[in-house]
Amino acid sequence: MIEARNLTRRYGPTVAVDALSFDVRPGSVTGFLGPNGSGKSTTMRLILGLDRPDTGQVRVGGRRYRELRWPLREVGALLEARAFHPGRSARSHLAALAASNAIPRARVDEVLDMVGLTGAAGRRAGKFSLGMGQRLGVAAALLGDPAVLLLDEPVNGLDPEGVRWIRDLLKSLAAQGRTVFVSSHLISEMALTAERLVVIGQGRLLADTTVAELSAGSASLEDAFFRLTSAAVEYQGSTAKEATS
Amino acid sequence: MTTTAETRVPSGRYGLAQVARMEWIKLRSLRSTWWTLVVTAAGTVGIGVAVGVNTRNASGDVTNNALAGVVPGLLLTGVLGVLIMTSEYASGTIRATLAAVPRRPLILAAKAAVFGAVTLVVGEAASFIAFFAVGATLRDGVAAPTLGQPGVLRAVAVTGAAYCLIGLLGLGLGAIIRHTAAAVGVLVAGVYVVAQFIGIMAHGVASYMPILIVANSLSTTMPVTCGTDGASCPDFLSAWAGLGVLALYAVIALAVGGWLLARRDA
Repeated sequence: MIEARNLTRRYGPTVAVDALSFDVRPGSVTGFLGPNGSGKSTTMRLILGLDRPDTGQVRVGGRRYRELRWPLREVGALLEARAFHPGRSARSHLAALAASNAIPRARVDEVLDMVGLTGAAGRRAGKFSLGMGQRLGVAAALLGDPAVLLLDEPVNGLDPEGVRWIRDLLKSLAAQGRTVFVSSHLISEMALTAERLVVIGQGRLLADTTVAELSAGSASLEDAFFRLTSAAVEYQGSTAKEATS
Repeated sequence: MTTTAETRVPSGRYGLAQVARMEWIKLRSLRSTWWTLVVTAAGTVGIGVAVGVNTRNASGDVTNNALAGVVPGLLLTGVLGVLIMTSEYASGTIRATLAAVPRRPLILAAKAAVFGAVTLVVGEAASFIAFFAVGATLRDGVAAPTLGQPGVLRAVAVTGAAYCLIGLLGLGLGAIIRHTAAAVGVLVAGVYVVAQFIGIMAHGVASYMPILIVANSLSTTMPVTCGTDGASCPDFLSAWAGLGVLALYAVIALAVGGWLLARRDA
């Protein structure tokens, strides 16, 4: 369970997250959608206590992140593809994180196996492809067998097999009763993975609903998303114009 | 993945012991750590031997000459200390670290404990090996000092400790500044460059410069004289006072670094 209440965070004159309140419930995958720059990553960082909200608060499993007794055993997070030292092996990276939360060493090999990195575990992680780095990030998130999972754009850089793997993994984790909160800008992917959706634009909540509800009345989830966010898109491209000679 | 986590979270809470274990794994799992420490020790001994072999004045402070390699050697532990913190920011590891250990001052405390212990061991080893290596390679007519002579054991031991303190100063600066190049720049400027200017311009303050403390307070067995005119020398600190001042610098840098680490966004 993740409970965000009235979260606001400014960076200078920019309001990244604006009075945002939502709940993420256990038992289903909740997609976190929004255009580029809408505040998804900032919200994730606020949940993890990496950044502080100006006002409001967010609780994970009833506590603020900072008050968790064994954070990695309660919350697993994938924030960026390359949150590891390039000179350290995948196994050492995970072993270090495991030690900080008294997670048994055997669990490291277990998660390496789950993400398919056993064969590359001893290699310097700096040599990893983006997809392998993403898998290592997922392994770190799963390390503490947490009840709450937070993943920021987990399919970035993954090949089609990897995308399907993440999709099935997230669904099975949710089916086990865990809280799974996944941000993405790939709406078609969310249509396949998520049951519930939290949609934000310019830091504000636009919808807290289910995939079925949101797509009702539109040709696709994508169309529904565009209608919802049309007023809140900050960076918008125009269709290519014909070159004038 | 067959049970939900709520049933398996053990009692208690993570603390310094767990975080220190994490930092120890991080430190030892980088090849660069070991290379840097080996080069530090080898450089300290090598420079010491070179200076020792060229020592002709048997009545001079031979121990001080034997420890001449410490001054450049310190730079490496200082830089390694910086990197322990700044490489986490450069690689993004800091986010994983802070998510695992949200009580941030614990992280810096654990890094300081682990890195301080490692550099103390390496520093003492380098200092003592340099001392004995120089004793074995002095030219004829220059008597090798022994640890039993007045001030010699103290000089060798407190000099070894300087590695630890400069390393911790680097760690603190890394936590404050967060960028490798800038933090290394401040470390080198603060420890080496500024001392040269201040040494020339203001004698009263010179004795508090880290590098002059190491060269003239820690590693000496007899009062330092400057050329023939002893009166022109700054009033150097005693070995223990010098050690205390270096420790104070490290503590200040770590305290400020820890305070900033806890306050800033990551």
